Amino acid sequence: MEPIVPDPPVFPVEDRPVGRRVVLGMLGLGGLGVLFGAKVQSGMAAFLSPLTRNDRTGLTSLLPSSDRFRIYSVTESMPSRTDAQYRLVVDGAVDQSLELDLADLRDRLPQTNLTRDFQCVTGWRVADVPWRGVKLADLLATVGVAPDATHVRFYSFDGVYTETLTLEQAQRDDVLVAHEMLGGPVTQPHGGPVRLYVAPMYGYKSLKWLDRIEVVRALDAPTDPGYWENLGYDTDAWVGESNGLDDAPTA
Amino acid sequence: MTATALDANEVVRFDRVERWLHWSNASLFLVLLATGMTLYIPALSSLVGRRVLLKDIHVISGLLLPLPLLAAYAGSWRGGLRRDVRRLSRWSVEDRRWLTSRGRRGQATMGKFNAGQKLNAIFVAGCIPLLFVTGSIMKWFSPFPLAWRTGATFVHDWLAIALAAVITVHILKALSDPVALRAMLRGTVPRAVVVRHHPRWAAEVEAERQDGTESSE
Repeated sequence: MEPIVPDPPVFPVEDRPVGRRVVLGMLGLGGLGVLFGAKVQSGMAAFLSPLTRNDRTGLTSLLPSSDRFRIYSVTESMPSRTDAQYRLVVDGAVDQSLELDLADLRDRLPQTNLTRDFQCVTGWRVADVPWRGVKLADLLATVGVAPDATHVRFYSFDGVYTETLTLEQAQRDDVLVAHEMLGGPVTQPHGGPVRLYVAPMYGYKSLKWLDRIEVVRALDAPTDPGYWENLGYDTDAWVGESNGLDDAPTA
Repeated sequence: MTATALDANEVVRFDRVERWLHWSNASLFLVLLATGMTLYIPALSSLVGRRVLLKDIHVISGLLLPLPLLAAYAGSWRGGLRRDVRRLSRWSVEDRRWLTSRGRRGQATMGKFNAGQKLNAIFVAGCIPLLFVTGSIMKWFSPFPLAWRTGATFVHDWLAIALAAVITVHILKALSDPVALRAMLRGTVPRAVVVRHHPRWAAEVEAERQDGTESSE
């Protein structure tokens, strides 16, 4: 039987267990990334956002640290309503309930423009987002809030998501019922045709696919104080002053 | 396969356990990448919808991911895998030369795996626990500080992008090399290839044959 190698050459014997070291190194780096990734990410976003803005391919906006919206929804499929189908109900402890269509919100009510950062509680932030819509305060003034009302509750037409604000928070100048963002109509992934934008608070307060605004005299279970609040997030979700986070304020 | 078969024109490169492990991992990775990309890229998210279902598939596949490796290591069938893990982990000076010369040098002492294959295997081995742990923190975030969730997302996203790139190159390399592809599909490579391109491995095979040990399976 012929040997495979007639004259075995001498092979270097100083083999090192590189694999184990590399794997351990990766685990170590990964651990550091979990602990300090939030800080690294905000640094990288500052560096990447000029790139993203000038990138027409949109590819850099897919990088994890970049200045971009991530699309979250809590239900099975993304809820859909056309501009023509869209209605917003404002009711509850009010003098006069309202049902508004998109034209009412766009053309018949006073418009407010606002440019603010959008900060998600999971860490990403998009700088200088332009918003346009009706100030919630104006809407509440139109329907007339009952004197003993305390809170405002918001329902999404995804059928699941809800949010709440105190009446005082709801009447701030930087809380909008928005039909435009990023220079155009609010798209379906962003919560269109109409969504809430609560500038000073983390993104989960800015409910998407706004269906109904209800003025209430008290918060009650099970929907209150809101979808994520019931899963442990802070109800007063001020950016940088809640949820144990220290992000720069957005308002 | 026994020593007799080795005397024929074929040499076992990957035994049945190793091939099963490779294809189980490959299937899970593909499901994870497909669902992960759909969850991650907004255009795909709105096209596909069904986020909750995709998330469940992603999480379940992720939880399954370590199982093939553990199963392959759990029994007496692990011999071939263990020998190859050792080969993949250990680096000689020649591996470094092969890598820095982009494959032009270090051919004369080539073992069963080249340095690129070693790097690929080592990186994937590191990715599995990292993606598993960071993904778990993302899913079950409540016991941890919220900054950890952000950090875990950061690591998970970047690592997944890197892994997707590595897997793409891996697949392209495999498709351009019918011998390597056949080795992972059917397990064997022609003896002539071993002698010509893997002298060190050829010597190992020969030593095993002379010891009377079975090379695999």
